[in-house]
Amino acid sequence: MAKFTKKKGGDLPAISTASLPDIVFMLLFFFMVVTVLRDSNLLVQNKLPKADQVEKLMKDRSIFIFAGKPSDRYKKKYGSEPKIQIGDKYTDVTSLRSALTELRGKLRPELQDKVMVALKVDENTNTGVITDIKEELRELNMLKIIYITTPGNPLDQ
Amino acid sequence: MARRSTPEVNAGSMADIAFLLLIFFLVTTTIEKDKGIARNLPPKIDQKEDINIKQKNLFEVLVNKDDQLLVEETPMKLKDLRQAAIDFLDNGGLPNGDPGYCNYCKGKRDPLSSDNPDKAIISVKSDRLTSYKTYIAVQNELVAAYNFLRDREAQRLYGWKYTEMKKRLDEGEFKNTPIKEDKIREQLKKIQDMYPLKLSEAETKKN
Repeated sequence: MAKFTKKKGGDLPAISTASLPDIVFMLLFFFMVVTVLRDSNLLVQNKLPKADQVEKLMKDRSIFIFAGKPSDRYKKKYGSEPKIQIGDKYTDVTSLRSALTELRGKLRPELQDKVMVALKVDENTNTGVITDIKEELRELNMLKIIYITTPGNPLDQ
Repeated sequence: MARRSTPEVNAGSMADIAFLLLIFFLVTTTIEKDKGIARNLPPKIDQKEDINIKQKNLFEVLVNKDDQLLVEETPMKLKDLRQAAIDFLDNGGLPNGDPGYCNYCKGKRDPLSSDNPDKAIISVKSDRLTSYKTYIAVQNELVAAYNFLRDREAQRLYGWKYTEMKKRLDEGEFKNTPIKEDKIREQLKKIQDMYPLKLSEAETKKN
């Protein structure tokens, strides 16, 4: 007993902070894993228009379509006419249907008929492109669409 | 006294380094929450049906290639569109006693404007060269008009705002209380039926 009391005496040992880095690293890895920097490589300019009457997008059942003028580094090759991008490549209006069907097939089976098409369109595109896309979507019977916007008041332009 | 333990490698700064990295990632990465204006496209129908809509029940918004608005045949600024749409939807032009009489409307009851919110249709026509920015701004204003009226009725009937409640429901706040969730869904549906979203997006004009 005397032996033990002798050892216990003296200053209180400092709380070990050795595990702190481990905890922080765990947090760090968690954030590194969950945050997605960018889903797909954008080939088009994508400055979204502003709106404030918005609803949330359900990501598990959505397909993304990007549209806009080609990014600066692709301008030389593809010109400056608005282009449609699906996945990682440019898509023509005529091949839109097969690209969309393919993407729909990748969704979870129970969500495939609830598919929602998210349109991420640059604000300087003209609506003609959107109309073409919408026509194709009607052909495919994907009727739920959502125009992705950034928060803000559209009136102060 | 002289018994000094051998100095360990100082791991204290490791935490600092890791914290720096952590803060860097916290600041730079934005967990992208995409939000937007949801719409349902009309289904594809082969044969063209002619549906008769009275002119007074139709609120026409035309957007030309220079992003100018023509609302009910008069030019209008974008900032006035919301109020104009509210006035149109909330008009309730049918006289008291008519089966379609709208008893919750607070509008002018102008017989030359819409009969009731159920019959009122807003039609947006845009040119192929209209900018997407303006197109979205117009859509946003029209949805705002509906939301304003729905908020007002929800406030009157249930004491909460339609848009706020819908947001809370979408975020899954009532997941643990299914009975309450169903009740709120029902109430939201009722508000939606009072001011049903009838926005027609006609195919854009070819020029």
